[in-house]
Amino acid sequence: MTVTWLRRCYMALVAFFLAAPLAVVAGVSVNEKKTLLFPPRGFSLEWYTAIFTEPEWRGALIASLGLAALSAALAVIVALPLSWFFWRRVAPWARVFQVLGVAPFMLPPVITALGFLSFWATGGFYGAPWTAVISHAIFFVTLPLVTISLGFSSIDRSLVEAAATMGADDRTVFRTVVAPLIAPYMVSGFAFAFVLSLNEYIVAYMTVGFTMETLPVKIFNALRYGYTPTMASVSIFFVAIAVLAVGLVARYGDLPKLMGAWTGEER
Amino acid sequence: MSALTLEGVTKRFGSLVAVDDVSLTVLKGTFVCLLGPSGCGKTTLLRLIAGLEAPSAGRILLAGAEVTGLPTHKRDFGMVFQSLALFPHLSVRDNIAYPLRIRGAAKAEWESRVGELLDLVHLQDHGERPVSRLSGGQRQRVAIARALAVSPRLFLLDEPLSALDAKLREAMQVELRQLQQKLGITTIVVTHDQREAMTMADLVVVMGDGRIHQAAAPVEIYRKPADAFVADFIGSTNLLDIAASGSSQALFDGVPLPGVILPAGVQRARLSIRPEDVRLTDPANATLTGRVTFLRDLGGTVETFVEAADTTIVAVSTRREQTQVAAGEQIGIRLPAEACVVLTR
Amino acid sequence: MRREPARTFSDLLPLLFPAAVLVVFFVIPFGIMVAVSFFRRQQGGFYTVDFVVANYERFLTPFFGSVLGFSLFLAMAVAVCCVVVALPFTSFLSGCSRRVQVVWLVGILAILSLSEVIIGFAWSTLFSRTAGIGNLLAALGLMEAPKALLPGFGAVLTGMIYQALPFTILLLYPSLMRLDPSLLEAARTLGASPLRGFVSVVVPALRHTIAATLIMVFVFALGSYLLPQILGRPQHWTLSVLITDQAIYQSNMPFAAAMAVFLVLISLALVGLVLLVGGRREAA
Ligand SMILES: Nc1ncnc2c1ncn2[C@@H]1O[C@H](COP(=O)(O)OP(=O)(O)O)[C@@H](O)[C@H]1O
Ligand SMILES: [Mg+2]
Repeated sequence: MTVTWLRRCYMALVAFFLAAPLAVVAGVSVNEKKTLLFPPRGFSLEWYTAIFTEPEWRGALIASLGLAALSAALAVIVALPLSWFFWRRVAPWARVFQVLGVAPFMLPPVITALGFLSFWATGGFYGAPWTAVISHAIFFVTLPLVTISLGFSSIDRSLVEAAATMGADDRTVFRTVVAPLIAPYMVSGFAFAFVLSLNEYIVAYMTVGFTMETLPVKIFNALRYGYTPTMASVSIFFVAIAVLAVGLVARYGDLPKLMGAWTGEER
Repeated sequence: MSALTLEGVTKRFGSLVAVDDVSLTVLKGTFVCLLGPSGCGKTTLLRLIAGLEAPSAGRILLAGAEVTGLPTHKRDFGMVFQSLALFPHLSVRDNIAYPLRIRGAAKAEWESRVGELLDLVHLQDHGERPVSRLSGGQRQRVAIARALAVSPRLFLLDEPLSALDAKLREAMQVELRQLQQKLGITTIVVTHDQREAMTMADLVVVMGDGRIHQAAAPVEIYRKPADAFVADFIGSTNLLDIAASGSSQALFDGVPLPGVILPAGVQRARLSIRPEDVRLTDPANATLTGRVTFLRDLGGTVETFVEAADTTIVAVSTRREQTQVAAGEQIGIRLPAEACVVLTR
Repeated sequence: MRREPARTFSDLLPLLFPAAVLVVFFVIPFGIMVAVSFFRRQQGGFYTVDFVVANYERFLTPFFGSVLGFSLFLAMAVAVCCVVVALPFTSFLSGCSRRVQVVWLVGILAILSLSEVIIGFAWSTLFSRTAGIGNLLAALGLMEAPKALLPGFGAVLTGMIYQALPFTILLLYPSLMRLDPSLLEAARTLGASPLRGFVSVVVPALRHTIAATLIMVFVFALGSYLLPQILGRPQHWTLSVLITDQAIYQSNMPFAAAMAVFLVLISLALVGLVLLVGGRREAA
């Protein structure tokens, strides 16, 4: 009895710790005046509409969404053939590319960011928006790589063999059996890469920080000049997007299974 | 006409020889059962035939034409996997239509064919269901219908009924056999269940350790096992070490066995006799005697364990034939020559 | 379907595009960064090509030594705190129904994906004078007047624990899910209290996982580049912050790159350690 109670208390405490800062920010974001007060004085959703109406914030939002969508798509496009290859072929030497795919995510982000900064500067493309797309795609390619690899490994190989006995060649098998079965995993990989790209600061800052403001860069820049409530509303907006995206993955995929794959032990 | 011919087919996985120099000819329209203990290479042989594995040596011919290197998808075989391998993302109808649609059949064409197949396997009302919502027996039928959709040249099934409960399995055995006879299709079924093989097959192929030990009609396999392995694996049997007398007369423990002759030149062999063929007699007028060690009364039949010359011989008799003995007593044994099989291998 | 070795060139085709992308956009940038670390700084511009080790020599200064020492200490503190908090939590979580687990996982993943900027901003709000817990403490009479709790070491540590805790939970989750619950039950039937049972059965059974998690969280915390800046004073800056600062604000790319190379070496050594621990676990 007391054990259950203790357990609940402990989990509630962790929940409180995780939720408290966001709750305060949510509270602050509905202040009526441009003040940093909690509990909030008055109630207003003005700062939420400001995200879309103030040109600066709207520009940053559009830049962020565009960057996230394109880089997540590119990450999936890179990860898909790679994980297909590992599933289909025995090639121990090719594992090197798997390590390369996981490394950017494992190393401290500053390192990847600095690598890109030197690379784009050397190539003379420093500041071009598309460099951020490629940089984010590489930085987050790990996520679709892990989810799609898990998707492949969960395909019963006899399904593919069955398709072959019924007359399907490799291409047809991919189109009619493999693709539909890994589609949810591709979506998961895309969703994770999208949300993380949306929130990413350092790589975006070091590659295109001086020419294009993404939302995190914008928040940080604004933070240095003092507080505006739009920072709070944008933060809450981002939390909502993250919950929504992960929630969708949970709804259409198997979140506990995906998390089991996180440490690469389910192989 | 020969539908399928295997010539010296061998498959090695590293140092393990999973299929060892298998040669076999299957006539058109035959129902073949590959029978053998688990791990003896049945699945591997079936996969070799289907082209899912490449043989390490040997040739595979289909109606006289070599198909050894032909990829699976060009062989036009129907195969039912042990796991059934139904596509979880497709409905029953779409599963069955799969081989037709990837061949580019017109909608009207495949729809009518799927209708026929659903009728054939008695699933008329289940076409729209997702396969995950079917019972074991129904899933079985979908897999069979799907494999038959394009009238395959060869129909291969890997332990198709092993996942079903005993009752349903027996019903499906009969159904499968009837279906095969109706369609006249050359069929190879893998099983480790000898009853299943006996029920369905025209030709039983007994495998052990990657080799074919015997390929013959079910009754012949039972009555005339080719070697000790087959005799022991099919049903239960008594195996006795016998030797030849000067006139090739079989001797067991020095006692001549009337009517049992060893082939010329063979000095030692084994004798197989089914427990139900062993006769128990009064020890007084018998040449071969032993001591009863154990009696097992199964209600309908009685098993008598008799020890003679360090060999335990089991006799099965019905209640009526049963002679009144108790454990520890001496008893006479008669081995009718017509029931004895001399195994020289 | 068997996995087959790639024999012909066309078998390798699918590998071509991703491999090229990874080599061009990850290996080469990385190589350039290593090269830059040996270049000479150019006042006002980026750098000039050269081969000097001066950038590495600066590691020997007391200033760099103190930054490195503090970074390692901070990452260590974060890793230990996170594992201590996350271990019982994840163990409880693994005992929850699937539904409850999914809800928690959604929340944890959402927080994990949040920008460091947002986390920093949220905690700076929570620790602020006007909107933070100072307010609350004052209202309860525990504090005389509302006071800002930042900048300071406590704020940095809290923020970084907040950032790394979801990561820690997700690292522990698979192992705890696989842990046989009857293990703990067996300990209970043998008379161990729940806490004793946990410490004497679960913790030893997971010692390799715990060691690996500690190291991974350590590396994760080493990567934190904004929180020390937002929540701390300059003496709380870590190596990651210093790298950013040198690269962007001081325009000293060669020195930033040298420090980055150093950070990579530390991280790689630690990740290698994790693999070693993992390898031993498989052998056991
Ligand atoms: N892909 C493979 N790699 C290595 N060994 C295998 C492979 N497939 C089967 N084997 C081995 O070959 C032998 C025969 O297997 P199998 O044909 O599946 O037997 P059965 O179907 O009769 O039970 C077994 O010892 C099995 O372990
Ligand atoms: Mg098998």
